[in-house]
Amino acid sequence: MNDTAMKDLSENSRMAPWREDLRGSRSAKERTSTPRVKMPELDPTYRVTCNDEVNRGLTPAQAAVEATRCLDCPDPQCVTGCPVGIDIPGFIKNIERGCVGEALEVIRLTSALPAVCGRVCPQEKQCESRCIYNKMKKQPVAIGYLERFAADNAGNVPSDTSAGQQPHGARIAVAGSGPAGLSFAGDMARRGYRVTVFEALHEIGGVLKYGIPQFRLPNSIVDREIESLKASGVEFVKDCIVGKTISYDDLLSDGYKALFVASGAGLPRFMGIPGENYIGVMSCNEYLTRVNLMGAGTEGYDTPVARGKHVAVIGGGNTAMDAVRTARRMGAERAMVVYRRGEEEMPARVEEVKHAREEGVEFLTLHNPVEYIADDSGHVRSMKLQRMQLGEPDESGRRSPVPVDGAIEEIPVDMVIVSVGVSPNPLIPASIDGLDVSRRGTIVVNDATMQSSIPTIYAGGDIVRGGATVILAMGDGRRAAEALHAALSGC
Amino acid sequence: MNRIVEKEYFSDRVVKMIVEAPMIARSRRAGHFVIVRADEGCERIPLTIADADTVRGTITLVIQNVGVSTAKICAMEPGDAFADVVGPLGRATHIERVGTVVCCGGGVGVAPLLPIVKAMKDAGNRVVTVLAARTRDLIILEEQVRPYSDEVIIMTDDGSYGRKGLVTHGVEEVINRETVDMVVTIGPAVMMKFVSQLTRRYGVPTMCSLNTIMVDGTGMCGACRVTVGGKTRFVCIDGPEFDAHQVDFDEMMMRLRSYN
Repeated sequence: MNDTAMKDLSENSRMAPWREDLRGSRSAKERTSTPRVKMPELDPTYRVTCNDEVNRGLTPAQAAVEATRCLDCPDPQCVTGCPVGIDIPGFIKNIERGCVGEALEVIRLTSALPAVCGRVCPQEKQCESRCIYNKMKKQPVAIGYLERFAADNAGNVPSDTSAGQQPHGARIAVAGSGPAGLSFAGDMARRGYRVTVFEALHEIGGVLKYGIPQFRLPNSIVDREIESLKASGVEFVKDCIVGKTISYDDLLSDGYKALFVASGAGLPRFMGIPGENYIGVMSCNEYLTRVNLMGAGTEGYDTPVARGKHVAVIGGGNTAMDAVRTARRMGAERAMVVYRRGEEEMPARVEEVKHAREEGVEFLTLHNPVEYIADDSGHVRSMKLQRMQLGEPDESGRRSPVPVDGAIEEIPVDMVIVSVGVSPNPLIPASIDGLDVSRRGTIVVNDATMQSSIPTIYAGGDIVRGGATVILAMGDGRRAAEALHAALSGC
Repeated sequence: MNRIVEKEYFSDRVVKMIVEAPMIARSRRAGHFVIVRADEGCERIPLTIADADTVRGTITLVIQNVGVSTAKICAMEPGDAFADVVGPLGRATHIERVGTVVCCGGGVGVAPLLPIVKAMKDAGNRVVTVLAARTRDLIILEEQVRPYSDEVIIMTDDGSYGRKGLVTHGVEEVINRETVDMVVTIGPAVMMKFVSQLTRRYGVPTMCSLNTIMVDGTGMCGACRVTVGGKTRFVCIDGPEFDAHQVDFDEMMMRLRSYN
């Protein structure tokens, strides 16, 4: 860690005089009796007519009050729930004392994408799930809302560029500009390395751009984070596929000392049931890419997209929620989520399910599609669903769904979006001889260092995990950067 | 980057362009394609690389004006630059010496056929090329395939050039007169379907190159999926070339009408 970072830590440490004063300024009772803030949201009837961001963000007054709820624990468990180990009390106490810029600096010490994480992280399963308030049977401090507040309201605080302005280190290549790649790039640039990020698509941001819709994560927010990385010296090359346009050997002969593969889980899975290739049945990736990346449905963009009136989205994850809510905004009269387990087992964030329901989405839980039926021209016109019931827990710990004999119903649909998971993109693994790849197609790495079977290649995010979250991908990038720096600097 | 250096009209709806793309020119092989986006609002259009010049750092594309975005591409002039050109994508053609290869192409399918004709010839095969089109003006790249073909057979629907008849007539004639070890067919889906039916009857291994709807071209969207041998495959990363006898062409033609 460089000198500036050390200084920031001590200025913001729990023992800093201002923090001690702040802790003493209110009683614990006063703090804990304050109810958790509610995120201001757009009205559901309005928001399904547009792409405006649903969560509006806390006002300064709301954020200041919420920040007082944090007890500034001596052994803060929230930090242990964060994959990138953000100093959570450190930034929240800065908000409480009115120093939003400082708060963001604290976050930026360990996170390259605060405005993104403040919006899309599953805080309820991570930091907030470990908050001391849970033990008191109270709602946890709204850490995610406060993170977003700091990122959105700190003004133009560049990330720590002191090292980035004078790059001294080796050239490092990154394949993929999604969360894992951006997090890694930010951490390496801060350590003074010259980092180039290669992106296959024509936009930087990976799944943050093509996948997550603007009503949940506006592109302008992602762009702001990318600009901040550029300011710290990271270079971006779009339209360039490592393994195709430029090979790993080309990178080595161009002087790159190492490669971090963060190419994501590009390959949509299908269920292999009859009728899945009919017109109107598509992957969530296709649907979301058309709308989010290609601007389909927006004036001035040529890419077409189907506008179903009766839309079924198959699956219960966050991507399924993104797709079904997008379908509502694209004019679907009936938008359904079809999920083979119960709502309890749904992997989507509670907030996404709540938002979807408010927007009129129907949930057909304990249903599983077994066949699609088409009209004479091959357009899907209905789906056959098998009713399910919950049996014994499976290896994931969730109760596994089993068919109810003979309980099959047919429901009319004119569009089906299949959102049952993704597989790792094979382009890079297939292009590098000697790279260890699992049977599932993921790159095999050392869990602690993210180093692959080839010592100069590291990997992280969905190409290693097969399909996870933004923040886990970022944690991988962070660990890889730490390990690669140690390897290159011999410490 | 991505600048158009030459443009030639093959017909009023078919244009050849030579485009600056040095990295792609260096790494491409026969069978590869690129994705082109003419400008910010355009679709991502998959186009097979017809030729490349590593010295000039250029690739050759042949574009048929069939929709909004291809019309925009065709309207661009030398000196203009595409917003994006990315590739090379897909798997390269498997080239080996098998004996006699019949390469048959219809319409703009002759463009992706050209590098395969060259590579098959360079590998030491006897190459018979069959070019087919509705009428004389739509026969393209004849001069370019000739130096790499032991024989060129031209078929036109209306008999205005070469012989009157369909591509399948030309191919069947060759199969009937000599031992054909392999057929390569690239063109409209319906053409490939009938070539495939013909060669299956004669038991000649046949490779086709598919041009389906794509968005990203890197395996991400699955719009390009086809059924090959009963399994769902992605044209962009598993193809674009497949064993023609295994391809469900009827399903592919149906899916091509997704946005009509």
